[in-house]
Amino acid sequence: MDIDESSQPASPEVMLVFYRRLYPFKSIYNWLNHEHAPTQLFTHREFAFTLPGDVYLRYNSFGSADELKKQVCQLNPSRFEIGPIYSARPRDRKTVRAGAFTPLLRELVFDIDMTDYDPVRTCCAGTDICRKCWQFIAAAVRVLDSALREQFGYEKLLWVYSGRRGIHLWISDREAMELTDAQRKALVGWLTVVQGGKEGSRKLGLHGAKGQLSPALQAALDYLRTIFGALVLSNQDCFRSVEGYEELLKAIPDSRVVDTMRTKWTASPSRSSEDKWNDLLKQTQTKTQSNLMAALEDVILQYTYPRLDAEVSKHRNHLLKAPFCVHPKTGRVCVPLDLATIENFEPESVPTVSQLLRELDGIVRDDEDSKEFHSDWEKTSLKPYIELLDRHALSLMEATRNEKRKTDMSW
Amino acid sequence: MFKGSSITVHDVNPEAQVANHGLLKYPHRLNFYDIPPTFDVTIEEFETCGLDRLRILAEIESSAARNRTAEELKDVTLKQNNKYLPLNMSKGSNGETDGERRRDHLSHFVLRLAFCRSEDLRRRFVKAETTLFKVRYDTDLGPERASFLSSRNFNWIPVESEEQKRFSQELAAAYQGNRTETGRPEKEKYYKVKWTRVPDLVERRKVFLKGGWAYVPSRELSSIIFQEFEDHLQKALEMTARLLPRLDEDTRLVPILDNLSQGFLAGISAEWTSAADAGNAENIKAEQIDGIAKKHFPLCMRTLHENLLRDHHLKHFGRLQYGLFLKVLGVSIEEAIVFWRKSFSLMTDDKFNKEYKYNIRHSYGLEGKRANYAAKSCMQILTPGPSDHGCPYRNYSPENLQTALLSTYSQQGLRAADLPEIMASVKTQHYHVACTRVFELTHSSFGVGRGEGISGENVTHPNEYAARSMELARPKDEEMVTE
Ligand SMILES: [Zn+2]
Repeated sequence: MDIDESSQPASPEVMLVFYRRLYPFKSIYNWLNHEHAPTQLFTHREFAFTLPGDVYLRYNSFGSADELKKQVCQLNPSRFEIGPIYSARPRDRKTVRAGAFTPLLRELVFDIDMTDYDPVRTCCAGTDICRKCWQFIAAAVRVLDSALREQFGYEKLLWVYSGRRGIHLWISDREAMELTDAQRKALVGWLTVVQGGKEGSRKLGLHGAKGQLSPALQAALDYLRTIFGALVLSNQDCFRSVEGYEELLKAIPDSRVVDTMRTKWTASPSRSSEDKWNDLLKQTQTKTQSNLMAALEDVILQYTYPRLDAEVSKHRNHLLKAPFCVHPKTGRVCVPLDLATIENFEPESVPTVSQLLRELDGIVRDDEDSKEFHSDWEKTSLKPYIELLDRHALSLMEATRNEKRKTDMSW
Repeated sequence: MFKGSSITVHDVNPEAQVANHGLLKYPHRLNFYDIPPTFDVTIEEFETCGLDRLRILAEIESSAARNRTAEELKDVTLKQNNKYLPLNMSKGSNGETDGERRRDHLSHFVLRLAFCRSEDLRRRFVKAETTLFKVRYDTDLGPERASFLSSRNFNWIPVESEEQKRFSQELAAAYQGNRTETGRPEKEKYYKVKWTRVPDLVERRKVFLKGGWAYVPSRELSSIIFQEFEDHLQKALEMTARLLPRLDEDTRLVPILDNLSQGFLAGISAEWTSAADAGNAENIKAEQIDGIAKKHFPLCMRTLHENLLRDHHLKHFGRLQYGLFLKVLGVSIEEAIVFWRKSFSLMTDDKFNKEYKYNIRHSYGLEGKRANYAAKSCMQILTPGPSDHGCPYRNYSPENLQTALLSTYSQQGLRAADLPEIMASVKTQHYHVACTRVFELTHSSFGVGRGEGISGENVTHPNEYAARSMELARPKDEEMVTE
């Protein structure tokens, strides 16, 4: 198969083969359905397809994984998205009484995008991403993951690479699925500390009346402190430039400290971010100023605390790109990621769709389109990622079984 | 549903379990409205109760639009509450408390029926009701509040002292600077609830969360109660909405419920309260209407008035249109009934009371001061409809219109020489321009010049026309009085 990757990393021909032979419909089904037999979690679920030429088809629903696969292969979308479980089958929505078609359940989802970190990253800009700035995402993943488990008690978290420069999180605990929009909004409020985008340097003022952080923020800070030096000071060297350190000085409440620092740093422009940070730390020792220490803690949070796209998480009916879709610009597959090795993740190591097809070509030469290729992915580099999703789906199915057993007992 | 002239409300509510006819006993001033009223009420009580409660909720709704502070909102809510649905403490009861609580109970369920029918109405109703509940809760006496709270299971789990000790650092950090009931943080009592029950505390990061549980200090328990009230009401409304179609059997209720909910939709807030604030300052007496009509009414209303005098009757839509116009003009419900009774002089009292009085009362939202049916604007009058009482500038033949204009307005200075200009506007279908020009010509003695219109604008509403005309005449009238 001849593919010109540079001009069109995910041509319709390539996509069609990908859907037919590689896309893990069964795994996706298990993950969404929580059981083997189809339930409303799948049958009443909205799927939306994006077709070439900006055609967007909403409110599709399917009775089984095979039905979904059939439709996907027929439409050959450039990508598809997953929505909520409605009170009726989305495809039947026109036949139900007005008002009787409402979203009921939905995974709690999050979207973290590198663009929200543009004000604090120096290595790349725009759509680019590298190992260095991925560390911002990794830090956000660590903080969010532990907050959602520790504070909210959720366990069924699936992190998925968004295909370019960000990451998605899908939480499938029953209690998370049942959250109302108001509750989702509250949860997002709890987790939102830093606003992304331009207005970065406003003072956070996160410390309470007695100068302490709330337990949740303290826990975040305890972790972020450990990566701040490597990430913000050495890797990104955020405070080396004049703009960089002026941004830092904006967060310092004591104007005499600000003046002293500015004089010193202007005189020796070669001082690294680490040197400058140490200059400030020294000030906290000599002056025993607790509010300077608090300000520096705010700076750590300001630069490294997760920056969320709040709108994605607040509404049950927000659609989010399905795992294992292909990013049309990069051709990379949106693969699930393992939390344990999140820091070592390299976006450029994610298989592209054309690479996967080459891998297939090496093994199977079979031009019969109608043939089933259920386990073809096992022979490609997609395998570990699909296994990750399968393990996750299995734990969901087990939870459902246990829940059912409990209900049976109680009767 | 029917029971003689009364209705039983519980038929439409699925939660009705208590078949308790006659008066319920209400041990608490506050009510979670778990159980629908199961006593019989008259249609009139049904409607007046609903309207009284609506007055309170309307004021609450308008508070957001008026950007009131929490304190102002509380004051104004209490004021309306005490005026329309007073609820006294059990302590020092004057024997009225059960009746008050019964009205509170009934009115809440009447409005549930009216406001369950769209998502927007439900949302607004829940919000306003929750605010009312909060304000009442905050004014409840300590012991009575405690007794109310113990009457219901809120499912909060007291945090054992050992667990509290384990999280003492976190709790202290989470609630640092909080005033505690005892003044000593370590003596504070905490209760555990699922975090989803205190979303407001979570959103503001004002609570300690661990494993999905929120550790709520006792002084913040109200947060749980308010949320519970809100969620409970939201669910109940959705349930009622699903069952409401059955209610359509009782045709007498439907217009009442429509009326109530439309009042809310039309923004009772601005319209109703401003009418209430103004207190119907005009306070026009029935016998004054004829004089005012001859001096101040636009042609459309003048025509309706003349027809009524001539025929001693007006057909339904004419009656509705003219009645609403008079209401907004400042004729109270009592005076309106007197006026219509006199005007329908060929009718027996019995027929009038049976067939017309109710409609008049209804167009007033039962009582004065409320514009829950707004008077028709020119736009509406100009829209072709079932009425033959439209805009005369549009409906009359040119000859008839000219005759009518001269006979109606020549006393106020309209001359035949003015007609060509007016008729030119009519010909080009600029009826409001024609009407405005007539206003200018007939008010030139008050200094209204060409192009000035109604305070610089064209006529868009007959009430605007009449109000401005009366306003212009007022200083003169007063002078005459002093002379
Ligand atoms: Zn980079």
